[in-house]
Amino acid sequence: MSNVARAGTEIKSDLIVEIERRDGGGIDLDVQSSVGALFGGQIRRVVLATLNELGVKNAAVRIQDKGALDWVIQARVEAAVRRLWPVEGPGVVPERKVRWEHAPKDRLRRTRLYLPGNNPDLMLNAGLFGPDAIILDLEDSVAPSEKDAARVLVRNALLQVDFMASERIVRINPMSTEFGPADLEMIVPVSPDTLLIPKCETVEDVTSVAEKLDELEAAHNVPWRIHLMPLIETARGVWNAYDIAAASDRVVALAFGAEDFTADIGAERTPEGKESFVARSLIVLGAKAARVQAIDTVYSDVQDMEGLIKSTEESVALGFDGKGVIHPSQIEPIHKVFTPSPERIEYAKKVVAALKEAEARGSGVATLGTKMIDAPIVARARKILRLAKAMGLVSEEDDL
Amino acid sequence: MKMIENAVGRLIPEEIEGRKLRPFAGVYADKGGGRKAAPPIPAASLYRNKLLKSLDEAIDACEIKDGMTISFHHHLRDGDYVVNMVMERLAARGLRDLVLAPSALFPCHEPLVNLIEKGVIDHIEGSMNGPVGRACSLGKMKHVSILRSHGGRYRAIQDGDLHIDVAFIAAPCADSHGNANGVYGKSACGPLGFALADSLYADKVVVVTDNLVPFPCYPWSIEGGNVDYVVQVDSIGDPQRIVSGTTQITRSPTRLLIAKYAAQLVYESGLMHEEPFSFQAGAGGISLAFIQYLAEYMEKDGIVAAFARGGSTRFLVDMLRRGLTKYILDGQSFDLVGVESLRDDPRHIETNPFVSYNYHTKGCFASMVSVSVLGATEVDLNFNVNVNTHSDGWLLHGIGGFTDAADAQFTIITAPLVRSRLPIIVDEVTTVTAPGEMIDAVVTERGIAINPRRQDILDRLRRTDLPIVPIEKLYNIAHDLSGEPEKPEFTDRIVALIEFRDGTVIDVVRQLVPKS
Repeated sequence: MSNVARAGTEIKSDLIVEIERRDGGGIDLDVQSSVGALFGGQIRRVVLATLNELGVKNAAVRIQDKGALDWVIQARVEAAVRRLWPVEGPGVVPERKVRWEHAPKDRLRRTRLYLPGNNPDLMLNAGLFGPDAIILDLEDSVAPSEKDAARVLVRNALLQVDFMASERIVRINPMSTEFGPADLEMIVPVSPDTLLIPKCETVEDVTSVAEKLDELEAAHNVPWRIHLMPLIETARGVWNAYDIAAASDRVVALAFGAEDFTADIGAERTPEGKESFVARSLIVLGAKAARVQAIDTVYSDVQDMEGLIKSTEESVALGFDGKGVIHPSQIEPIHKVFTPSPERIEYAKKVVAALKEAEARGSGVATLGTKMIDAPIVARARKILRLAKAMGLVSEEDDL
Repeated sequence: MKMIENAVGRLIPEEIEGRKLRPFAGVYADKGGGRKAAPPIPAASLYRNKLLKSLDEAIDACEIKDGMTISFHHHLRDGDYVVNMVMERLAARGLRDLVLAPSALFPCHEPLVNLIEKGVIDHIEGSMNGPVGRACSLGKMKHVSILRSHGGRYRAIQDGDLHIDVAFIAAPCADSHGNANGVYGKSACGPLGFALADSLYADKVVVVTDNLVPFPCYPWSIEGGNVDYVVQVDSIGDPQRIVSGTTQITRSPTRLLIAKYAAQLVYESGLMHEEPFSFQAGAGGISLAFIQYLAEYMEKDGIVAAFARGGSTRFLVDMLRRGLTKYILDGQSFDLVGVESLRDDPRHIETNPFVSYNYHTKGCFASMVSVSVLGATEVDLNFNVNVNTHSDGWLLHGIGGFTDAADAQFTIITAPLVRSRLPIIVDEVTTVTAPGEMIDAVVTERGIAINPRRQDILDRLRRTDLPIVPIEKLYNIAHDLSGEPEKPEFTDRIVALIEFRDGTVIDVVRQLVPKS
């Protein structure tokens, strides 16, 4: 085993920590920082305290910093230390700076912004762009060699970064890999709202996570039951969509991943998306049959706003409740498409009013004009009003 | 050294190195008075042949001596060759203690640091940034330097505070009589307005061109009647770095959000709907995005600006062509589209700091601009702004047109609240460039602070969903994120004066003690 370990990246708001194991001589710390004149002392204090807490007594430590905040410095030092020494216990867990209410099972999920789990810079302002959810990704956006470092960073981010009104989702690695169980061990104790399970193909892919959650939530006093969102991105997963959605009462939505799916069935991804049309429909059907939400794949050309809007309109038409987002500029256009038109909101209000009026009369049958209002019409109207209320388009007093 | 507290609470020496200083007394406290400076009276009969063979001949003809003041303009920006070319020749002649008076300097002027260290350059009056600013911070200039805004520089030359012995004017297009413009030739840069004062008031004026055309060179931004000599050289600059082929809008989601908030603020405050509407925004990433968002709002409500103040870019030109502004009043062009539009479109008008920014005039149009959007390195709880030094104490930027453009009816500072851990809102700015009374709003990604002096605007924004917060709240958010920064350490020695546009001193910059 090498005597030297590094962690971190060269991007701004991050740092590179290099630690060399020594037999004696205490800690030899060298700090280079773009903000050294203003935060050099603070960086030194955080590094030394973190090393001390992890029991590191002798080492040469080099820091190249580009304006990282304390929780990032702690995460990078811890990741580097873990690469050299076994760490007993949870590591250096920062205090919880931000508290939030657990996301309701059926909350708005029009947009979920993907954030690479090893990039602190993109995390800092993510909540400002107003996505319904953020996904801290430990899977595809993180190289296998950096999984351990990203895990520590994401844990610290959940405790320290204010993602504002967004639901906090973490995409873990598949349980079949060495990374999946380790992700759960570190992430569950800090209680994200929801876990996104990638490459989900079978009921067991869900239950294996759910069982582990039962255990970890109890052991770490997690204040709520963490939701699950299976991500379906293979033919087999599509085929099992309903069973997956119904596999656990923790499941709140099925999500679709088109890139892996098209590769899996041996097709090319086209702008029209014919190759995934049936799969998307099956996912909507499977999800709705299990009474959970369905969320469409990302639109990967961040420059093409027209294409994004068209693709989102299609998602709405198919029955999806939301869409993945890979750049903040995609959030507003998607929210617009998911916003019900004023005409539809007006109509929905009339439907609900008519129903209430009928109930007051003790009549089982409500009518609007000459049209009878049956259960599905009412259900659709309520959904529109719920969306409208969540978007602030109708007042809180408007009764559902 | 006797110190006087000025109107923003900074201590200013009464006198420094034999120079009497006037402390800043308020934005409009100065009422003018006195007589303007005047250059020597020439005779046309002595100027029948001004075309010289080389820069050396021109230097000989100008009889440059130790201690003289040599001036340059900065329209060639980071592509400029002329400053280094002339200064190297002056150094080669063994000249010393020269005062350099550029309208701005860029990273390409790093070779000047060597000339400062050798004593060829004594100090700088006008502007400096990057490497030369660092040298100043380290105390490498022999005497105190002076930073002035674009309007302040014109004023200082006009009033005789800054006497220029020889002005070298780089010209993308010139004739042998000295008429010159910046819109033709391989080194085309747009306007030449920053050189106007130099051409009018310097004892000697040398036009340096790489594109000599037959008389008459027209338009004549610089008039031949003010020019002593003309020199042709191979190249005055690197066209790639004079103007960019095409300016780009930022892709940073944070900066886009700031730009969007700023445009929404202009819209929802009703400022856009007060006729005549006009605006100024530069070529920085946030400014360009602001222009785009502003154009969308204007189009939506059918608003047409009476004029837009450049720095021109393709985005401003696009607004002109779409009929969203009647005119562009251009001080400098940042991209090729800007240069071409200035050359070809009569509604795109070349300006100079006399008409746009100079306080000692019978009115300049800076105060007629409805909304001005500017950047900053620090803003304090009194809305005082610093654009010169960074929080770590280094002098890294000139004033540019900041204090002049901030005379607009509504001045907005746009900046990320925390930039690589540095909070933009501080309890006290390191250096006061402009007083808080000129600043009406600070727009960041985490909130917008409106100066309490603008209760009228606050009243109009009661129903907005913009995140309007007290500036103290922005301060708290920023410091909660970044932690408490240490303060830079300075010696007692003053290395530069920050001059307000009226010639008073608003702050001083002290020599920095660099941290290891």
